[in-house]
Amino acid sequence: MIEQTAGKGAARAAQRGLGARRRGGAGGTMRRPGFLTYGFLGAVILGSVFPLWWSFLVGSHDSSVISKGVPLTPGGNFFANAATVLDSIPFWKALSNSIIVSTVTAASVVLFSTLAGFAFAKLRFRGSKVLLVFVIATMAVPTQLGVVPLFIVMAKLGWTGSLWAVIVPGVVTAFGVFWMTQYLRDALPDELIEAVRIDGASMIQAFWYVGLPAARPAAAMLALFTFVATWTNFFWPFIVLDPSNPTLPVALQLLQAAHFVDYSIVLAGAVLSTIPLLLLFAVAGRQLVSGIMQGAVKG
Amino acid sequence: MAVTDRVHTPPPTRQRSPRDKSVKRLAFSQKVSKWDVKLSPYLYISPFFLLFAVTGLFPLLYTAWVSLHSWNLIGGQGEFTGLENYEFVLAQPFFWNAVGNTFSIFLLSSVPQVVIAIAIAAVLDANLRARTFWRMGVLVPFVVAPVAVGLIFNNLFADQAGLFNEMLVGVGLDPVRWHSDSLASHAAIATMVNFRWTGYNALIFLAAMQAIPRDVYEAATIDGAGRLRQFFSVTVPMLRPTIIFVVITATIGGLQIFDEARVFDQAGLGGADRQWQTLTMYIWELGWGQRNFGRASAVAWLLFLIIVIIAMANFLITRRIANQGGRQ
Repeated sequence: MIEQTAGKGAARAAQRGLGARRRGGAGGTMRRPGFLTYGFLGAVILGSVFPLWWSFLVGSHDSSVISKGVPLTPGGNFFANAATVLDSIPFWKALSNSIIVSTVTAASVVLFSTLAGFAFAKLRFRGSKVLLVFVIATMAVPTQLGVVPLFIVMAKLGWTGSLWAVIVPGVVTAFGVFWMTQYLRDALPDELIEAVRIDGASMIQAFWYVGLPAARPAAAMLALFTFVATWTNFFWPFIVLDPSNPTLPVALQLLQAAHFVDYSIVLAGAVLSTIPLLLLFAVAGRQLVSGIMQGAVKG
Repeated sequence: MAVTDRVHTPPPTRQRSPRDKSVKRLAFSQKVSKWDVKLSPYLYISPFFLLFAVTGLFPLLYTAWVSLHSWNLIGGQGEFTGLENYEFVLAQPFFWNAVGNTFSIFLLSSVPQVVIAIAIAAVLDANLRARTFWRMGVLVPFVVAPVAVGLIFNNLFADQAGLFNEMLVGVGLDPVRWHSDSLASHAAIATMVNFRWTGYNALIFLAAMQAIPRDVYEAATIDGAGRLRQFFSVTVPMLRPTIIFVVITATIGGLQIFDEARVFDQAGLGGADRQWQTLTMYIWELGWGQRNFGRASAVAWLLFLIIVIIAMANFLITRRIANQGGRQ
């Protein structure tokens, strides 16, 4: 399904390419870009990858080498530094916590957003328009500013320090609801729902057998974005979690507190904590790109 | 459920009573189905509204209540103090310092970010080979957590022997004191924000550019407009709604900046003289450093008002521009 949407974009792009070439033939304005264009893009890509490479360079030497200036080739000390990282912060705990929090949040955001999106896009009910406007308006509300009462609530519930405190506030997002509503409105024909309803399916069956499959491409993208956003989130986990039970960004900050003067260890930790998302990016980066571009056109 | 009911109904017989039964059952299932149709939508949207009410709206509104009390992190709610917390906070130089820092970092990050993102998008919009590769390339920083970005750039911007200072010295300039000079620290933190978000926004602009009808360009070409003229007279004006969208999201996020600035040094208070302490960092310092939830809430509520005012201003400007567009 995701392939299909990518295919649509590719088809559109191909059409443009064709048009461009035609125009190129007529006026000569749109030629294949020259090496200036590629040079500029190359510089941009270099700028976006270089800090990561630098982080690996620093993380692969020991501090005595670094104090004399960082060599431009990696050293052989990365694993020793990584071992120090594992000793000084609960890295594996943080990694598994990040995996748990991000996975659970992404799964529940997708489920609840699709459910709500299905209702907003396809079911008729009193007040639906007003409620949808409300959802859109809440996207702009800086809920982060409610941290103090949120902390008070979590303390009352006895959840401070536990992963629940991080998971529960993120279980459903306004953005997710809006995104799925937009998508299902076009992607799911009303006739299909009517057909299964006439066959006697209940609402939840209609959602499960027709709505959910139709939502799959958008749901996959929503899951990706939620996963990345939750994984990289720092402010609230930093406030509510204990140093003994952190997520990866919180653990990184602990690493900085423990080894501030020794960049080789801090940056080895930065590399270690980034590897999981880089792997995800290698697999699903294409979907992230098309997700951003589709969201931009619709949003 | 109605399906299974009907499927399992035995084939109708000539006898009267079973048929009555099935009619009754049908009526019952119709009633259920009616409720199903009526209630299901509300049931499906309720998780969002309940959760938003509990974890979003309630805390935000309750912040105002907390801000009117003396309230300690450990001791809990104290007596009602009216606007005392606001009076205290508004009299603090650190508060106004944080306001200034927040706006400075925000401007240094949002303005160049939008300009560079549009430039990158324009280049990505060319008839490139290996299109997907370039698009993915600009998005790499997006998957690096802000804290990791902060730590990496903290090293690059190190005052002594940091790469950027070495380069400055290499071309014969003076090294910059990134961690003590206020404006320099803002530039460094803004660089981190730009690093992470420029590529992301470039893709948003790219999508908007591709939605511009190509015949507009054809008309411009026929009128003799060159590439550069086309870019400024066609592309940029047609991107206006997208620019406003990006600016508004950047405003809401940028005024709450915390992560990168928090890890710019070890203490996390924004430097010895609070050179780069943002409002969100100030909230953290008051609430969890000094354990004064009342004052922290007062600052949070003030920041909320600032964001609302700026968002409203954005909205009014947007509408004005849209109206002008309609009149032309």
